[in-house]
Amino acid sequence: MAKRIDVSGLTAFYGSHKAIEDISMTVEPRSVTAFIGPSGCGKSTFLRTLNRMHEVTPGGRVEGKVMLDDESLYGPGVDPVAVRRTIGMVFQRPNPFPTMSIYDNVAAGLRLNGKYRKAQLDEVVEKSLRGANLWNEVKDRLNKPGSGLSGGQQQRLCIARAIAVEPQVLLMDEPCSALDPISTIAIEDLIGELKEQYTIVIVTHNMQQAARVSDRTAFFNLAAIGQPGKLIEIDDTERIFSNPSVQATEDYISGRFG
Amino acid sequence: MDMTKTVAPPPQAELPPEAPKGSSGTKGSATHRGDRIFSGLTKGSGITLLVIMAAIAAFLTWRSINALSVNEGNFFTTFDWNANADPPVFGIAVLAFGTVVSSVIAMALAVPVAVGIALFISHYAPRKLASPLAYVIDLLAAVPSIVYGLWGALFLVPHLSGLYFWLDDYFGWTGVFAYDGGAARSLFTVGIVLAIMILPIVTNVSREVFLQVPRMHEEAALALGATRWEVIRMSVLPFGRSGVISASMLGLGRALGETMAVATVLSPSFLINPSLLNPGGGTFAQNIAAGFNEAGDIGRDALIASGLVLFVITLVVNGGARMIIARRKEYSGANA
Repeated sequence: MAKRIDVSGLTAFYGSHKAIEDISMTVEPRSVTAFIGPSGCGKSTFLRTLNRMHEVTPGGRVEGKVMLDDESLYGPGVDPVAVRRTIGMVFQRPNPFPTMSIYDNVAAGLRLNGKYRKAQLDEVVEKSLRGANLWNEVKDRLNKPGSGLSGGQQQRLCIARAIAVEPQVLLMDEPCSALDPISTIAIEDLIGELKEQYTIVIVTHNMQQAARVSDRTAFFNLAAIGQPGKLIEIDDTERIFSNPSVQATEDYISGRFG
Repeated sequence: MDMTKTVAPPPQAELPPEAPKGSSGTKGSATHRGDRIFSGLTKGSGITLLVIMAAIAAFLTWRSINALSVNEGNFFTTFDWNANADPPVFGIAVLAFGTVVSSVIAMALAVPVAVGIALFISHYAPRKLASPLAYVIDLLAAVPSIVYGLWGALFLVPHLSGLYFWLDDYFGWTGVFAYDGGAARSLFTVGIVLAIMILPIVTNVSREVFLQVPRMHEEAALALGATRWEVIRMSVLPFGRSGVISASMLGLGRALGETMAVATVLSPSFLINPSLLNPGGGTFAQNIAAGFNEAGDIGRDALIASGLVLFVITLVVNGGARMIIARRKEYSGANA
């Protein structure tokens, strides 16, 4: 299920403003890659170019190449809708559909993809909720609205919704920043389990989190406010946090700036 | 299960006891007085509204009783309006039918179009087109109803017979769409004019609601691989549902009570004509406008009694809409 992401020479714009410049990296399948860096360095923007969500922002535009195994995401004739069906995304703030029940939230992606029999849906919903470590907490109230859950539960519901369609890649944009510490640990544990099956990319402001959950870490930085963000380095997480090859990375990680 | 609750510290308990005292200095008491004045003002406004509503209801009821006590016909079933005769004979059956049917036609025609325009302006149109279009819709709301009436009577009526003959050819067998070829001063034409009149308010309120849909709900759908239409179906329409209902109720309120446009377009009669394309029928407001000047004392009170019925119908319709909205409250976007 999991696929490799290969990015080369990627630059993204908001209108005429260049947000990130010339980013190249490889994300290995069945691993967790964390993006760290100061605010405004473009890590979320870069994440959103990986499932073509960047271009839904007015003025959003991308140059460069993103390969998912051997398919180009930005090739001519590639449907962004189809891309987003293969690359799931979890957002900063939990965003279950407020008008849908827990069950319908999880089934939403499947229903987009076509007709399923009730039994099939039931099976996928249970499997996804179990996969998101939420099943035991909600199995008795699947028909209650998803917005009635706690923040941490809502975020796991969003993860269940994303994995229900069995994506190749799971992108997470600061998934724990709106959550309390206990819910954060629950999500981090879940990430550890999900990487057995999925390629995971996570943006985080929390360096301990990056150190805890990721196999590889990419450090982004920008020269000054208004300048485009750049990838400074990407390496094994252990190495980034113990002996990074660029001085700026070490300064950031040791708290000297940012 | 509720993790946020177990972790959140009890904020009240840890406040030092002096904290509230410290904030109530000279400046604090001024704020409190301001609070009291403001809360008094808002409460007063609310009460004023209720008093006005009660006063209208009391006035209508009081005057109605005068007429109803001398009515020789059945107020609800008589197909006639001879309130100035001696003895007076009048009933609202025809008016109730005409009012409800013309408003329902107006809603059926206007609401889908209004929702379509609102979606177009809020989610499809490029910015350059969206603002002028919204402006034109606003302008439509500013046109006086007599102008709609004149346009309906002088332009629409002569031009609708073609459409009505076509409807008669294909759907005439239902009876509802039978057409004899007379001037199209019918309830259906009234419905069309009313539809155009309520279009702006339904469109504008719906558009505002659609623009309120949180970006993150739309992105949730997009990230699942939803097309633009699927985004609208999954997040925009469900979120806007109660707003569209409220908007429709505002429109319906206008349609039920519209007077001049109906009086100008309709050729009234005290018959319930099963064919909505043929002239005839009447509405409460139109009947009051047409009869008020020539009415005697009992005649006026009889018209006021019909006004009371319109008042009640409007209240019932609005109450019904509130119930629809409240029934799915826990699924509304408000608690997200």
